[in-house]
Amino acid sequence: MKRFSQPLGLSLLLWLVVLIPSHAATPINPKILHVLNRLSLGPKPGDVERVQQMGVERYIQQQLDPNSIPEPASLRTQLQSLETLSMSPVALAQEFGRPKQKADTKATIEERKAYREKLRQVTEEAVQARLLRATASPRQLEEVMVDFWFNHFNVFANKGQDRLWVGAYEQQAIRPHVFGRFRDLLGATAHHPAMLFYLDNWQNTDPNSPGARGRFKGLNENYARELMELHTLGVNGGYTQKDVVTLAKILTGWTIQQRPNAKNPSLQGFRFDPKRHDFSPKVFLGKTIQGKGEAEGEEALDRLAASPATARHISFRLAQYFVADKPPEALVNRLAQNYLSTGGNFKDLLKTLFSSAEFQDPKFYQAKFKTPYQYVLSAVRATGIEVRNVRPLYTTLQQLGMPLYGCQSPDGYKNTKEAWLNPDAMTRRLSFATALASGRIPLSAVPTEALGRRAARQDRSQGSMIATALDPMQLTQTLGNGFSLKTQQAIANNPPALQSALLLGSPEFMHR
Amino acid sequence: MNRRHFLGQMGLFSVGAIAATHSPQWIAQALTPNNNRPRLVVIFLRGAVDGLSIVAPYRETGYYEARPKIAIPQPAQGQSLLDLDGQFGLHPALADLLPLWKQRNLAFVHACGSSDDTRSHFDAQDYMESGTPGIKKTPDGWMNRLMAVLSGHNPIQALNVGQATPRILTGRMAVATLASGRKSTAALPLDRPKVSAAFDRLYSNNDALSQTYREGQAARQALLSDLKDPELEQKMANNGAASPYGFAKDAQRVAQVMARDSRVQLAFMALGGWDTHVNQGSANGQLARNLQQLGRGIVALQQGLGPVYANTTILVMSEFGRTVHENGNGGTDHGHGNAMWVLGGGVRGGKVYGEWPGLATAQLYQGRDLAVTTDFRDVVATVLGDRFGLDGAQLSQVFPRFQPSQRLTIV
Repeated sequence: MKRFSQPLGLSLLLWLVVLIPSHAATPINPKILHVLNRLSLGPKPGDVERVQQMGVERYIQQQLDPNSIPEPASLRTQLQSLETLSMSPVALAQEFGRPKQKADTKATIEERKAYREKLRQVTEEAVQARLLRATASPRQLEEVMVDFWFNHFNVFANKGQDRLWVGAYEQQAIRPHVFGRFRDLLGATAHHPAMLFYLDNWQNTDPNSPGARGRFKGLNENYARELMELHTLGVNGGYTQKDVVTLAKILTGWTIQQRPNAKNPSLQGFRFDPKRHDFSPKVFLGKTIQGKGEAEGEEALDRLAASPATARHISFRLAQYFVADKPPEALVNRLAQNYLSTGGNFKDLLKTLFSSAEFQDPKFYQAKFKTPYQYVLSAVRATGIEVRNVRPLYTTLQQLGMPLYGCQSPDGYKNTKEAWLNPDAMTRRLSFATALASGRIPLSAVPTEALGRRAARQDRSQGSMIATALDPMQLTQTLGNGFSLKTQQAIANNPPALQSALLLGSPEFMHR
Repeated sequence: MNRRHFLGQMGLFSVGAIAATHSPQWIAQALTPNNNRPRLVVIFLRGAVDGLSIVAPYRETGYYEARPKIAIPQPAQGQSLLDLDGQFGLHPALADLLPLWKQRNLAFVHACGSSDDTRSHFDAQDYMESGTPGIKKTPDGWMNRLMAVLSGHNPIQALNVGQATPRILTGRMAVATLASGRKSTAALPLDRPKVSAAFDRLYSNNDALSQTYREGQAARQALLSDLKDPELEQKMANNGAASPYGFAKDAQRVAQVMARDSRVQLAFMALGGWDTHVNQGSANGQLARNLQQLGRGIVALQQGLGPVYANTTILVMSEFGRTVHENGNGGTDHGHGNAMWVLGGGVRGGKVYGEWPGLATAQLYQGRDLAVTTDFRDVVATVLGDRFGLDGAQLSQVFPRFQPSQRLTIV
């Protein structure tokens, strides 16, 4: 990006470009923008042209098959430097968990500080991995689906041990399955210590079992309830309070393995404890499940995943995320049928969704108000900056009320306009857009602890790229020039940096 | 006693200092009839504060038996509890608040808490903020539902101090945000006239985004203008009423905005650092230091509110109490019942409310915790009924599925 020294000339130029689309080589097909807006976290410089060249259909196909898209070497190098990213839950607990104190000794202030510092590294690396991928990965639909499914199976990083495990959870339970089958995703979340801890199932114990003592005193319905209400059947999915209790009994003994032992050498952090399990036969959702230990839980998950109520619930959520806050009923029905006939195969489901008349209906173009996550990431992507320092993005997400891995309640962050459009959010979004457009957010500074601030200052004082205002021309081109006349008029006749701020703060850019 | 005398003097001195800096405009605003509108400030102590150290039952032998290291000595033994009513004593670190108690502006409801007995911070805070213990899916917080039933909606009707909107204020009503600390008035790029003028043009229509944008700008400008007067803040700081600590500063800002602007009716602040599993301390120590900060903040709030204080109720609450017995690390673990604080111009203070369940083992909840004899919603509902004039239907909007079980005569 170069600094423009003739703001007036530039604004005139922009005026011409935006008012006379034919000035561009080929007019941008709005369908291309729509697909980029929904299947990615927003276009990067060159994305519009690329999709134009390869065609929308091929782009969609490619995105559904992420392994066919090479990962840039720079991203791979950045991810490889994150040591905790590939660690198993058990290794994380051993390496970073709270050190065991001998009786009668207290952790010193230094020890506790060191422990917190180490712990912070784990969460920070999870945040870095997510935000680096979201901004730089060309496998954008994968990132979109990770955002979607993480919220569907939400865990909260600030609940105790989950600080350690939130990154591992995404890495091991969510990512591998976003183009797989629902049943596998469901199973992976059900077994992961992050979920077992977040919704308390690790303590869930048959009160009459030999293992019922200490903190394992009785039934804990927390996970069983959310498993049906949020993860599978949905709130009106036809189950009763009795089913909640039964499912809790089925899941007694599903617990966390803190360290490997001879009996259970697995490092994944799951253990079935038969001593705390209720082995009686049970009637769940109107059908008998024989008492047989861990397999009862698997049978229950099978039945939940195969239920028409689940098919409908998942279909509604996908249609709401990809089409409209109130998705068309016919689309939801069609997706639900597809889910049932393919056994919850996500690739099929997404193909059906993207090729549906409803998804392609221009009346739903830009119908979705971006969540703070989508807004911040799409803005950064539009700048084309290669992000090396994610901290400013993390902080911005906090300020916008959507801290990454920070949704406390099990239903995850919503993605509707009602949830996110509020006065303070507008003020903060526009302030972020203005700061980003002026080049004052040190996203490309090296994020080294000691060097961070100094490097950012040096970059600024040397007038290097990050202190340079964004070029509104380039931004307009990146974003495919889909701005209304009203927006164009409000933007013209401003200095370039402000024009870029207005583009990123425009109503069009608030939507996807 | 020397110490208290000294603090009393400082308190008087700072009131004088505020009066001296009154500008005519300030007085004019402060005396508008709207100042009779009831106000509510909720201070949430995140992490579960040890209520048994704040309002300590010093007549109970159980209290001293259960806490050999951390119990605070009976009144009049030096570094000791400040007697409240012959039964309970106030933590000495809260000496700043004793004048309010004596003026009958401060009350406590002991053995107060949630009807849900979870000992998870996460769940208990969630329940206390949603106002629906045991129900996770309530989409909004009780303070936001309260806004909806109040009249006089405006962009700064409710003020949150901090960054993200807390659960208690989440909901469909718009909430104004005041960043914590020095950042509260730090300039945002959008404050620059050229920038805001450009966005004003962009968002000049009547669509939802434009309206919301304008609400945001209105709130921001109102807050900045209410806080503009560095001289006043400086004077207060220099005269010693303001503590150097962050919370008192924030409390002072909230007070300033509320005193100047009758549009602000509700405010919420949260303060952490109460999860004292290790080295809690007694009359001195970790908890004492934090309580002192809190006490100073409340005094700053009370004094800063000036004439508006008469119509303000301040509630201090925490998600649950802590174990009656101290643990092996000189701390306490997650418990159940706690003490809730109620302060304000209309409070019938100088009294510890609530049925006291006792600390004998048989009287404890699950053999370990102070029992809950008053639902926290009973206290809030009393304030909302008596001070805000909410009727039964309105109260059940704020606290759905809740039947008030007792009416306290606290306000």
